[in-house]
Amino acid sequence: MRVAGKGVLDRSRSVPFRFDGVRYAGLEGDTLASALLANGVRLLGRSFKYHRPRGVLTAGSEEPNALVTVGRGGRQTPNTRATVQEIYEGLEARSQNAWPSLKYDLLSVNTLAAPFLGAGFYYKTFMWPKAFWEKLYEPAIRRAAGLGALSGLPDADRYERAYAFCDLLVIGAGPAGLMAALVAGRAGADVILADEDMRMGGRLLAETQQIEGRSGQVWAGEVLAELAAMENVRLMTRTTVAGAYDQGTFAALERVGHHRARAEGQPLECFWRIVAKRSVLAAGALERPIAFADNDRPGIMMAGAVRAYLNRWGVCPGRAVTVFANNDDAHRTARDLVAAGVDVVAVIDSRAEAPGSDLFEVHRGAQVVGTSGRLGLEAITLRSAAGERRVETDCLAVSGGWNPSVHLSCHMNGRPTWREDIASFVPTPGAVPGMMAAGACNGAFSTLACLREGAEAARAALVELGRSVPPLDLPATEDEPYRLTPLWAVAGKGRAWLDFQNDVTVKDVRQAVAENYRSVEHMKRYTTQGMATDQGKSSNVTALAVLADATGRGIPETGTTSFRPPYSPIAIAALGAGGQGKGFAPERFTTSHKASRERGAPMIEAGLWYRPSTFPAPGEKSWRQSCDREVRMVRAAVGVCDVSTLGKIDIQGPDAGKFLDFVYANMFSTLKVGRVRYGLMLREDGTVMDDGTTARLGEHHFLMTTTTAAAGDVMRHLEFVSQGLRPDWDVRFTSVTEQWAQFAVAGPKSRALLNELLDAPLEAGDWPFMACGPVRVLGVAGRLFRISFSGEQAYELAVPARYGDSLFRALVARAEGLGGGAYGMEALNVLRLEKGFITHAEIHGRVTAYDIGMGRMVSAKKDCIGKTMSQRPGLMEADRERLVGLKPVGAVKLITSGAHLFAKGAEPVRENDQGYVTSAAYSPTVGHVVALGFLRRGPERLGEVVKMVDHLRAVETLCEVVDPVIFDPEGGRMRG
Amino acid sequence: MRITCPLCGARDRREFYYRGAALALERPAPDAGEQAWDDYLFLRENPAGETRDLWYHANGCGAWLVVRRDTRSHAVLEVRLAGEGAQ
Repeated sequence: MRVAGKGVLDRSRSVPFRFDGVRYAGLEGDTLASALLANGVRLLGRSFKYHRPRGVLTAGSEEPNALVTVGRGGRQTPNTRATVQEIYEGLEARSQNAWPSLKYDLLSVNTLAAPFLGAGFYYKTFMWPKAFWEKLYEPAIRRAAGLGALSGLPDADRYERAYAFCDLLVIGAGPAGLMAALVAGRAGADVILADEDMRMGGRLLAETQQIEGRSGQVWAGEVLAELAAMENVRLMTRTTVAGAYDQGTFAALERVGHHRARAEGQPLECFWRIVAKRSVLAAGALERPIAFADNDRPGIMMAGAVRAYLNRWGVCPGRAVTVFANNDDAHRTARDLVAAGVDVVAVIDSRAEAPGSDLFEVHRGAQVVGTSGRLGLEAITLRSAAGERRVETDCLAVSGGWNPSVHLSCHMNGRPTWREDIASFVPTPGAVPGMMAAGACNGAFSTLACLREGAEAARAALVELGRSVPPLDLPATEDEPYRLTPLWAVAGKGRAWLDFQNDVTVKDVRQAVAENYRSVEHMKRYTTQGMATDQGKSSNVTALAVLADATGRGIPETGTTSFRPPYSPIAIAALGAGGQGKGFAPERFTTSHKASRERGAPMIEAGLWYRPSTFPAPGEKSWRQSCDREVRMVRAAVGVCDVSTLGKIDIQGPDAGKFLDFVYANMFSTLKVGRVRYGLMLREDGTVMDDGTTARLGEHHFLMTTTTAAAGDVMRHLEFVSQGLRPDWDVRFTSVTEQWAQFAVAGPKSRALLNELLDAPLEAGDWPFMACGPVRVLGVAGRLFRISFSGEQAYELAVPARYGDSLFRALVARAEGLGGGAYGMEALNVLRLEKGFITHAEIHGRVTAYDIGMGRMVSAKKDCIGKTMSQRPGLMEADRERLVGLKPVGAVKLITSGAHLFAKGAEPVRENDQGYVTSAAYSPTVGHVVALGFLRRGPERLGEVVKMVDHLRAVETLCEVVDPVIFDPEGGRMRG
Repeated sequence: MRITCPLCGARDRREFYYRGAALALERPAPDAGEQAWDDYLFLRENPAGETRDLWYHANGCGAWLVVRRDTRSHAVLEVRLAGEGAQ
């Protein structure tokens, strides 16, 4: 219920929302948890394993219990913490893991079977028979257990990513963080202040102590107003800094749209990468529960959370509140409640020396040993020197002390340091380079200490950044000592919960030890302690203490498990922002893309490029019909094909020729200006890397082409050889792949076609095979190369990319007038296979120049990359699998790439494998399938019949081993 | 992780392509013998500590860099252009 006069939210703004179908009203600024508590709703969910009724435990992102599902369909978000989810008009939240309803959950029978369901139960019980695990046990267990469910639909929301840079990143906007940001901001540093909450101020929003005579909320508001006015300060609310990485890089998740109805065009979340020269960790501290029997009922909450609900949201979670604690800090809860007019039953303090109070009864040296209430707390059992007695109360505020939020300081493999005086861990200085911890996360718990540490951390950062440091001017506020005597678990019968989300009890940890899972990492995995979505934020330290006690070791010797990012859960969709759909693989289009699509060409992917597979003519029903026609068209008339996707690298410099001699196996320095040469490029280990043609455009100017797929690799390789191995050679490289549109014009009528477009027509005898040079095409300066990948008389015509679309249209239109037209990748592949030209299907990373019959191209006159290693005896053996052509000679006419080759009479098993098929296609020119492959001693076996077996597709074909060049072996058509 | 390119300044490691040990800069002479070539191509140290490796500023200036760093702390100790690193 709401408490009159309390809270820092707007009482005039009522916000309707639904939980489990029921309509409620909250206030603007409420979380789902505060609004439900205000409405008297205590039961929010069922636990993971035993389906125990659970309510709100905390008031922050560490919440283990109050998990709900928000939204529906593709926008459904499971496991949303009710303590973080803000309410808005139209919010629809549902409870999880209960059937048929939250109040009557049938699977809560699990709790009766609890004696059998402890740590290791599943491992031991469902072992036999082995086959039952996958089919029976696991599905049944998974159905019974679990939290929220995914919708199974594509995520309908939008996610973004963003980058930010700053001098100082301040993580957390409580008193320490605000002070750090203020000091650094006033000094002119670029500051980012990030806080996971909807509102900055941290515990100042939840406490009543004054700063400079004003309430903490007012003081925080003034500081925030000053920071907001500074151009050098960026305030990021609802932003969780989730991970710390190398060289000052941080991951942060900004929840942009979770607190309001979805708006078109607005992202739901934004994933930030923040690079900071220095950082201040001011993440605060998390209160830890005390383990005692049945400490998990709705109504049992953290003492600091009860205070937060009262002071920030004006909500009291019960009518008669009891406090159970081992420290002074929790007494504030009782004081604040009494001041607000709420009935405080008693403060039960486990310490004999606990302070007394005039305002409420204090039981010193007492403990809570049990609780009752089916769906929510009704009474507790108090044990004191006077014995045990039942105390009626509907809210128990528990505090076992505070654990500094050391998480981010441990993300780079650092371990936190145990501090006996506060019975908890603090960050180890220097664990994250450039990061300083300040305030409660550093074990400084008074408001004044937080302000001082925040200011000092900022001043230290300013010194390191070489900036002038303003004098320290601390506001006046409380500086009470933090006093506690550790109490981890109350002795007694019954189940005392540690990890509420994974249902781990004190007994489970002790059982793990009894079964010799004594290391903290083993205990964690055996009991699942700390492995739920809250990562044990509330429970890990207590579990460690129980483990330390059970093993007879100290807590520092027991050690912690690793803290790993993210600090709190992040949707995969946010991590992958920008990488969904087409963002995963950007599309690269050629200049002829539009014209190709207009002609109905189906596009196929070639790396990131899209290329036309065929250009279907009216009436053609299959790609094969179109492909066969296009092949015949090129062989009989003329075809046009966009080859712009091939890598084009402009190479210039006095040492360009010498350099090409070094990166190509064959010689290039002897190439004449105006000529093109085929080049074979090796890797340093002697394997073929890539091939292509290189044209000499000038004395010191070459243009290299690479295969489409290897363009990036070759560019990187050239830069490496130049910068790393031959830095003294004067040569430079520029990728010009996208600057030039280049079209193959192939076929007996190719010259006739070109002459319709070139400003100066070509005469027969001009431009012999492998000539190149500048031309003018329709008034535009271009380049012409007499090269052929089809075996026909062919040219490649290049123009600046902006003319590509119109040149392609002009070429195709005129080709059609000559009985030709455009051809696609399928026809290009058939044409090259008929000629035995290789692609990366053949030079696939395991073949040498020798294997593809180009061993003699490795020049003996010079050194080159790969030369030495290509001459290793094992790479020159005749017995290697070497390139051959294949043609079907039996009843079966099909050859499939990927199929393996065997001697005709041999059984087709691995031991008898003699090679494989790399490429195959039907050739309309010769009327059968033509194929390339690698066969042991292949070139020595021309004429032999071998057996091709495709085990996957169940094809068996007898093939004759033939020369790779099946069509026009003399090359007369190409040179003619 | 961030690498300070001598030409471009500090950049996110996503801008860089990683190649491996800077040993690749020490190419043996063609007649250095099998052992030298085998060492050069195939044998690598795997130190827990200081290492020198090659990074290519692919989404930047295209410089090949020799990065000296510590594999235990991930601290980047020095970044040089590969042409200088070969010396």
